[in-house]
Amino acid sequence: MGGRFGDGTVQPGSITDKTFKEEWHARALAVTLATGSLRQWNLDMSRHSRECLPPKDYCAFSYYDKWISALANLLVNKGVISADEFLNPILKTHPLSSRKLLAADVAGVLSKGAPTSRSVEDSPKFLVGQRVKTRRADNKFISGGHTRLPKYVERCEGKIEICHGAHVFPDTHAHNLGEQPEHLYTVSFLASELWEIPENPGDTLCVDIWESYMEPANVP
Amino acid sequence: MPHDVEKHSHSLLPSDPELKVKALETALVKRGLIDPAALDEIIDTYQNKIGPKNGATIIAKALLDKNFKKALIGDPMQVLEEHGFLGRQGEHIKVVENTSKVHNIVVCTLCSCYPWPLLGIPPTWYKSDEYRSRVVREPRKCLLEFGVTLPKNTKVRVWDSTAEIRYLVLPILPDKYKNFDEEQLIEIISRDAMIGMALIGDSS
Repeated sequence: MGGRFGDGTVQPGSITDKTFKEEWHARALAVTLATGSLRQWNLDMSRHSRECLPPKDYCAFSYYDKWISALANLLVNKGVISADEFLNPILKTHPLSSRKLLAADVAGVLSKGAPTSRSVEDSPKFLVGQRVKTRRADNKFISGGHTRLPKYVERCEGKIEICHGAHVFPDTHAHNLGEQPEHLYTVSFLASELWEIPENPGDTLCVDIWESYMEPANVP
Repeated sequence: MPHDVEKHSHSLLPSDPELKVKALETALVKRGLIDPAALDEIIDTYQNKIGPKNGATIIAKALLDKNFKKALIGDPMQVLEEHGFLGRQGEHIKVVENTSKVHNIVVCTLCSCYPWPLLGIPPTWYKSDEYRSRVVREPRKCLLEFGVTLPKNTKVRVWDSTAEIRYLVLPILPDKYKNFDEEQLIEIISRDAMIGMALIGDSS
């Protein structure tokens, strides 16, 4: 949605706002994190599941409603539970219950995280300072599949600012096609390159972009 | 799974999100797939243990000590590990420094990526469509909505967290706070300043 028109003013809120506005927001976050321990999907799959919500639901649902609805779809689509169980829960131990996240393990799991950096043999294709051009923001393997190239920078020219080393590639990782790590870069784009009427032409956007989302820009 | 074969079982759940969560939690607890006590522990962690004070502690040190700042910008993970600030959604942190020439702002236009171990769970506005859609196109208008006006010759640099790198803004310390000690600085370094949507000392 980056760059979309029509959204209203941002409401800053207040420092006294609670972390979770409603109790169910907290439950939604906790259920989502806890079910990750079942290891039936990865982060990219869960992001993609949110993106796969029907557009009318995606627009209408609140933030944590998207999370919980996408989680329900993941659980059924990955065969963990059946949709019938949403309405008629069954009291029966699941084969995956040995992986259940226990309260005693929460601190360890949350403080450990899951780094996505990987070692690869290939050296980076692009150098800091090099001009690059992005490709179309579509998954190349699966029609309608997950990608992390935002639409608003597709087919735009930018400059390599940072090389972060190789990271797990979301476009494959979200679809059971493996991690296929690729070099990841921060690329800067001038506002004047991205927008027909920029707010300030000299401002920049920095976007983290995987190597195969780009090609060298044609040097004039 | 591509769009065309995605099943939308979520439509079978109650439409009220509060009931939706409850139904899902009940189904999972009955199968022994989640432990309610673990859920309470997760909530307690993000409600009471991890929040913007972590980030403010690191930023305060960086504002007081040039060598610390150099280390934090050069090898943030090493510094954060020493302070015990590693964790989920903070596996790859980068600190970006505001100067008189550049003002940095952080967003995630694709979802709501945010440096959890340093700032906690993102505020509602950070996750809002309004912020995610607009701050990349009109950052200065968004800043105005937060009461922030930048000098004309300061360039804005918006960092869109599209991968697993999480960004933390190192704000400028205004002259009037130069004699503050670490404890006093931690009090005035706001969450929003570390996202780039406030300046140090702003009431927000």
